[in-house]
Amino acid sequence: MEAAPTDGQQGNSSPVIRIQHLYKEYISAAGVMPVLHDLSAQIMHGEFVAIMGASGSGKSTLMNILGCLDSATSGTYLLNGRDVNTMDRDTLAHLRNDLIGFVFQGFNLLPRASLVDNVALPLVYSKVARDERVARAEEMLHKVGLTKYRDSRPSQISGGQQQRVAIARALINRPKLLLADEPTGNLDSHTGHEIMDLFSELNKRDGITIALITHEAEVAAYAHRLVRLADGRVVYDGVPEAHLPTQAQQKI
Amino acid sequence: MMIAMLNEAWTAMWANRLRTILTMLGMVIGVSAVIIMQAVGLGAQQQVQESIESMGSNLFIVLSGAPTSGGGVRMGSGATPTLTANDAEAIAELSTVAGAAPSVSDAAQVIYGARNWSTQVMGTTPSYFTVRNWTLDEGTPFSDSDVRSATRVALLGKTVVDNLFGDENPVGKTIRIKNSPYIVLGVLSAKGQSLNGRDQDDTVLVPITTAQRKLLGSQFAGTVRMIMVQAASAEAMPAAEKSINELLRQRHRIREGAESDFNVRNLTAMANTAAETTAVMSLMLGIIASISLLVGGIGIMNIMLVSVTERTREIGIRMAIGARDRDILLQFLLEAIIISIIGCLIGVILGIGGALAAQAMADINVVITLGSILLAFTVATAVGIFFGWYPARQAAKLRPIDALRFQ
Repeated sequence: MEAAPTDGQQGNSSPVIRIQHLYKEYISAAGVMPVLHDLSAQIMHGEFVAIMGASGSGKSTLMNILGCLDSATSGTYLLNGRDVNTMDRDTLAHLRNDLIGFVFQGFNLLPRASLVDNVALPLVYSKVARDERVARAEEMLHKVGLTKYRDSRPSQISGGQQQRVAIARALINRPKLLLADEPTGNLDSHTGHEIMDLFSELNKRDGITIALITHEAEVAAYAHRLVRLADGRVVYDGVPEAHLPTQAQQKI
Repeated sequence: MMIAMLNEAWTAMWANRLRTILTMLGMVIGVSAVIIMQAVGLGAQQQVQESIESMGSNLFIVLSGAPTSGGGVRMGSGATPTLTANDAEAIAELSTVAGAAPSVSDAAQVIYGARNWSTQVMGTTPSYFTVRNWTLDEGTPFSDSDVRSATRVALLGKTVVDNLFGDENPVGKTIRIKNSPYIVLGVLSAKGQSLNGRDQDDTVLVPITTAQRKLLGSQFAGTVRMIMVQAASAEAMPAAEKSINELLRQRHRIREGAESDFNVRNLTAMANTAAETTAVMSLMLGIIASISLLVGGIGIMNIMLVSVTERTREIGIRMAIGARDRDILLQFLLEAIIISIIGCLIGVILGIGGALAAQAMADINVVITLGSILLAFTVATAVGIFFGWYPARQAAKLRPIDALRFQ
């Protein structure tokens, strides 16, 4: 792994994610729409970062770029020290399969497949044999407490349970990095807290680096670091507000 | 990996059962059409081939009368007998000719015991057997001495035997033709239908002299109705035709520039024309059937495009968790191929069934070969790959984010 300058953040000293001067523009009928504007940041190994921002602040776009689902218009993105812009589609697919676990707001499970098949799906693409796929998927379902639903379809279980299945799927290939785009957005607050407890545990116990988007301060409070975006720029980077001694907003 | 992919393809197809079946139907119809059309086409070709072989090879017939129509009142060819048995003997001596057999014929009632049968009685010479490549199932043929002395002997065709004798052995028995007794020398082997559909086995052969003098009393004594000539080889046919013409014009004393009073027809050329016609026909049938296979393939492409659009989100999810382009490509291609192969299997079964049904009910000769089944199979798989490729490629080329955002 490439040595990177340390900024005195908590956790491991090398960055998993390092973005520099990232720009993203969408071209639509209304003209060029800038979404990310000269964004630079890094996330270290073992960090737990919450990203907040109003609608249209570019946080989802950022997350999709970090997850190698989308590409930036310009700027560099080093994932684990390697430049993502120079990678071909197969390498990116391999990274999504192996290094990154992605959790969506809408769960994005395959409706026709059983839970165990849903969880095992990434292993199909990393050429793991069927017996091992099933064994590992069952183990992950056990971890998220859904063993007894292994043969159910996603539509037969609750939203919170579906999100647990999605997390199990994201984790099955033992990724170093877990990205989540409003993972609690479709859930009630109780279920949301359960999911966030699960994230905290994964970060603390397994040392998985987590970056998640949320618009709830309560959710962001689980993280150790908060990044706030507005109009495609970082406007705050520090401890989550809830951890501050006063309610006063810290300005940069 | 492959098993997982097959499983997924199956799940997707099962989820859209009706659509899958309808798509398959295009393939089923296409493939069964190809199989049936090929079976019918090959059957027709085989029938023509058999007829040609039964006729004998490298044949001419020489008929009385002029070959083309001039002015004034004309008689059809054969109306005025101008050919004689001597003409036949002279033709047989040409170097380009293997044999020549004169013949006369007429319809006659043939009686054996209490049964009778109306058939064609033909007088000819022993050369006829070699020229027509005709053998005997039982007994012996009549000889040149039978011809010289005009004996009352006869050879019976299969159909005549069946109708007059049933299971009885006719050899040595006496039949009556026009109230005169004839001894049956033998039974001709079965030849089946001729090119124009006539039953060649419905005939009785007698020595030509017997027929001329005792049976068919003609006002032109000693003439024959036609002469069948076999050329020495296929290559010798043009030369043979030329020398027959020259020889007969000379023998009939026809002046330079005057019309011939006979007419030489190349039977083999006519047969070949018939064979070519059936070949063209079966090609046409094949093309028409292939078009339905093509339409079936377009149906597959259409449905796969719909399927890709419908499952864009699914494609996005798969890409987000690590599916490579070729995984997505393979997934959709596999579905198209499975649909074509299953459709093809059903099509082959229906095609064979349909062809056999046509044979049983409409009395059409069909030939089903392993080759035509393999061909249908190969073409169907190729159609599946060809028409499945584009939609699968479209799916694989999607950007993950676009696929995920698709509503």
